[in-house]
Amino acid sequence: MRIKTLVLGAAVAFAMTPAAMAAERGSDGHVNIIYWQAPSILNPFLSGGTKDIESASLVIEPLGRYDPNGNLVPYLAEEIPTVDNGGVSEDLKSITWKLKPGLLWSDGSPVTSADVKFTADYCMDPEGGCAQLAKFDGVDTVEIVDDLTVKVNFSEPKPNPYGPFMGGQSPIIQMAQFKNCMGAKAPECTEANFAPIGTGPFVVDEFKPNDVISMSANPNYRDPAKPAFATLTFKGGGDATAAGRAVLETGEFDYAWNLQLAPDVLAKMAEGGKGKPIAAFGSLVERLEMNLTDPSPSLDADTRSTRKAPHPFLSDINVRKALSMAIDRNLLVEIGYGQAGRPTCNLVPGPAVYASDNTDCLTQDIAGANALLDKAGWVKGADGIRAKDGVRLSILYQTSTNAVRQDFQALIKQWWGEIGVETELRNLNASVFFGGDPGSPDTFQKFYADVEMYANNFDGTDPQAYLSMYRCNNEPRPETQWQGENINRFCDPEYDKLVDELSRTSDLETRYALSKKMNEMLTKETYTIVPLVDRGRVSAHANSLGGVVLNTWDSELWNVADWYRIK
Amino acid sequence: MLTFTIRRLILAIPTLLFISLVIFLLLELAPGDPMAQVPLTVPPEVKEKMRLALGLGEPGYVRFWKWLVQFFWIEPQVLIDHYFGTAFSEGKLRVISWQHRAPVMDVVVQRLPQTMWVVGMSYVVGILIALPIGIYSAYRQYSVFDQAGTFITMIGYSIPPFFTGPLVIVIFSVQLGWFPFIYDTTHKVTDWDSFIYQLRQMIMPVMVLALQTTAQISRYMRASMLDNLNQDYVRTARAKGLSERVVVLVHVLRNSMIPVVTVIALGLPAIFGGAIITEQIFSVNGIGAQLIGAIQANDLPTVQTLTFMFAFLIVFFNLIADVLYGILDPRIRYD
Amino acid sequence: MTELSNPQPATPPRSQWVDVWHQFKAHKGALLGGVIFIVIVLGVFIGPWLWPYDSQFIDIRARNQGPSWAHPFGTDQLGRDTLARMMAGGQTSISVGLTAMLLALGLGSFIGITAGFFKRLDGPLMRLTDLFLALPILPLLLVMMLLFREPLSAAVGPERGIFILIVVAIGITSWMPTARIVRGDVLALKEREFILAARSIGTPNSRMITRHILPNVLSPIMVSATLGIANAIITESALSFLGLGFPPDFPTWGRLLNDATQYLQDYPERVFWPGLAISLTVLSVNYLGDGLRDALDPRIRGR
Repeated sequence: MRIKTLVLGAAVAFAMTPAAMAAERGSDGHVNIIYWQAPSILNPFLSGGTKDIESASLVIEPLGRYDPNGNLVPYLAEEIPTVDNGGVSEDLKSITWKLKPGLLWSDGSPVTSADVKFTADYCMDPEGGCAQLAKFDGVDTVEIVDDLTVKVNFSEPKPNPYGPFMGGQSPIIQMAQFKNCMGAKAPECTEANFAPIGTGPFVVDEFKPNDVISMSANPNYRDPAKPAFATLTFKGGGDATAAGRAVLETGEFDYAWNLQLAPDVLAKMAEGGKGKPIAAFGSLVERLEMNLTDPSPSLDADTRSTRKAPHPFLSDINVRKALSMAIDRNLLVEIGYGQAGRPTCNLVPGPAVYASDNTDCLTQDIAGANALLDKAGWVKGADGIRAKDGVRLSILYQTSTNAVRQDFQALIKQWWGEIGVETELRNLNASVFFGGDPGSPDTFQKFYADVEMYANNFDGTDPQAYLSMYRCNNEPRPETQWQGENINRFCDPEYDKLVDELSRTSDLETRYALSKKMNEMLTKETYTIVPLVDRGRVSAHANSLGGVVLNTWDSELWNVADWYRIK
Repeated sequence: MLTFTIRRLILAIPTLLFISLVIFLLLELAPGDPMAQVPLTVPPEVKEKMRLALGLGEPGYVRFWKWLVQFFWIEPQVLIDHYFGTAFSEGKLRVISWQHRAPVMDVVVQRLPQTMWVVGMSYVVGILIALPIGIYSAYRQYSVFDQAGTFITMIGYSIPPFFTGPLVIVIFSVQLGWFPFIYDTTHKVTDWDSFIYQLRQMIMPVMVLALQTTAQISRYMRASMLDNLNQDYVRTARAKGLSERVVVLVHVLRNSMIPVVTVIALGLPAIFGGAIITEQIFSVNGIGAQLIGAIQANDLPTVQTLTFMFAFLIVFFNLIADVLYGILDPRIRYD
Repeated sequence: MTELSNPQPATPPRSQWVDVWHQFKAHKGALLGGVIFIVIVLGVFIGPWLWPYDSQFIDIRARNQGPSWAHPFGTDQLGRDTLARMMAGGQTSISVGLTAMLLALGLGSFIGITAGFFKRLDGPLMRLTDLFLALPILPLLLVMMLLFREPLSAAVGPERGIFILIVVAIGITSWMPTARIVRGDVLALKEREFILAARSIGTPNSRMITRHILPNVLSPIMVSATLGIANAIITESALSFLGLGFPPDFPTWGRLLNDATQYLQDYPERVFWPGLAISLTVLSVNYLGDGLRDALDPRIRGR
């Protein structure tokens, strides 16, 4: 505490001198960051939570990161290995990373390739329960070539070899600190998990789990002039409203993460004049998922919501298409997300090279939807609800509890009412809905409803794993304890062929084309998934905080070393 | 009374064990998944491995036994080690949270100060305001003071903290700029200025919480005083020539305290339990926030431990209340 | 065991209930409270028949409007009429509030009196109270939803099923303070002279409780009732907020207040109506309770 005050005092003294343009480490004093979800641990390998990954990104760094445009930029690595520069082998079975020379950990010891290999071993330990194991998918061995070079061998060709050591999810940890924390012992190393030694711009002084982190500048950071701030407070907790207020209206904090607020509330806060909201787009899409199987409670547990029983009316593509046509996505964006959303018809909305130019759904067409249903034989009954052969178009529409989602539910219910579809709404506790408890009827995997709404995205910039979710037999079902990612129970052998082809193709142009084709198969060709909004990220920073560049492809705090105080 | 207390204390042990079992079974039965907050980008196979690493693969009774041993055998050793520098607990596994993989008790200890400052203080403030209001309202029933008191306390009680919290923030932080509203848990009181800062950051959450306590306690105080003010013994006391002050504040008050003592004893464990909504609004991150966070993340060891600690306090304070009944009204006998 | 039904008065010329009613009528606060309460109840239950807008109808062009002739209370962020929503919400909130409060009160008073009066039951019942006080509410509700939602909605329909579930959930998680407070009072009462006198003339336990104990613990019960109704209305909104309550398009006062809170700065009038409605209901019940208690107190009656 006393040292901190001294440093602060010194910083203030520096600040007094004119033209202190961030030329000196620690010259800009203190910076306050607020995340309304509080970090619980600073080891991203033990927690997949965004809050934990982003707070840890201040301290530990990967070999390379994604920049705001989704390009790869080297961090600890000298350069990004590619086939062209020889870093990736021709057969796509290995990638060789070279570390920058002279890198030091914050405790002063050198960073070597042994640390990199150790990181892989740590995460791949079968008993460790590593949250980022998917990043190391297909890794056969990690070899140390020399002190600064490490080679990752894959068991089969990897068109996208940038899983391990790339992005905020798989930073490098120090072998010396974690060597006794392998496998089952991982959770016992509280001290290491709470204050990992890193190469990032800051070091942890004190960590209070789920509350606050105090940090100070890393004396051994590779750029001697950075970071500009001597100390940093990373506060967690509260809600998005409080976080927004603290930056935009009262100026208590300098940076607030992920302000999921109604657009007019945010606009009003921004009038406070202490800061400004910033937005950027990634791959997060709010969508409606159509259940292609029958969720009727009258079926027995082994048949309900499984491919054994097709859905009584959602298996008719005309119904799915009409449901999509009835929705006014522009209005949804205006009401729910404002500048943080764009209407979309794509499951993969970005990066631009992967995004299909599919815009058919953007205009609402109630009359068209009605005509389509009439033509398909769904006729309105006396109560105004359409039916065919005794099957009524009556939908149970569920989602997690969240103010914006409930507004969407109300609007969509009204539009569906206009095309003769009856809707019952249900909102569920997020920790139950998104949990995988096979005993609960309310999980999104079990899908005991006709339509559900949530958002999903993919890590990094490559959608291969994301699109592979929709292959046959990857659906949640009783035999898999209801685990699985093909929520809609979509199954098309043609699609599976494309999935296999994508996993073999390395040519980028072909990959883009394949991804677009697969995206279209799921959306505009079958209306299995009905995308609604491409959800961006809105954060806010104080007017006096410079250097902020919002990044949705990696940690938002990816360039915190470049932040400075505007004087 | 002593034998009663001892008997109750002994009886408390099986009661608490039973309560801990019920809590455990309830948490087992409740739907939820510690992986619910892990992003959807993490594939299900990885989540399954993470669950196994948390020990979820073991059968329920094994986990319950482990928790019992960790909580009742190992945690006390840690406490002894802490005070006497011994090393009984070395190498033994404590109750570990699934969220932050650290001992639950360490976090509890870390969060006690802010919980006590805010929630505890609000309780003290609430009681100090409520008792005089209740007494005077009853003494001058249907006077302007009584009517105003009723009106304000009832409105205070019917308007929940999820509204009063943001309201005071908008008024005092945003419009007037008097107080900070993000509670700084790293702040340490070392001198006068830092004490003043502590007061400024506490005042809003304390007031929001005290409003509820005040309303509740003052209503019970008033009702109970009213019951007693018409009793024969009051007439007798007045007839004896005792001053009005003594009659009201000694005779009537003492006899009216039983329901109030009950309400206060019921409320005291809640101090420790924190105030979930208010803590969240002001980012106090006390024990209430810890509990709700753990419930949302399905962090069963934390939920189990915290809930059991509340159970202990509830049993303990209810015992105290029972003892106090006997002191307030010596006619009450338990044996 | 103990019979708690009202003993029929042996038809005296002027029954005590007539007295009670006279006293009650003379209590200005109680009358005013009663009138306000009836107005609110009639307003929310009959109002929707007269008011042209439906609480769920969205008119997106008319969103975020202030008070006007068409929408006297304004509209919300989706253009739904606030007055219609207040009335629909009031139906749910008042029904939930009253039933849950009555359930909690009944359960609490019964357990409190039984525990206080019968020494042998005191221990077990109070340990049961401790247990319920200790149970974490959120997991308890989740378990209840898991076990009973589908069977109940199959038996009585989804909306009524949820209603029963919510009322029971609030009821069984809020009876404990009443029980403990009542028990404390009964413990003290039991040792009073008049109880001793009643016992000495051979009054049976059931009559003892209904004639002598219950009227004397009425004032804490009335306070619990007033606080309980406020509690139930607020708890209901917390439940919906957690996704454990009514379907999301089902307005309730608590939810309206909660939704309006985030628009506190932009549209401050929006929080006013639900806040006022809840406060008025609670206040009117409070005055009703005051009047009832005074009317039932034989020492005050006739003064």
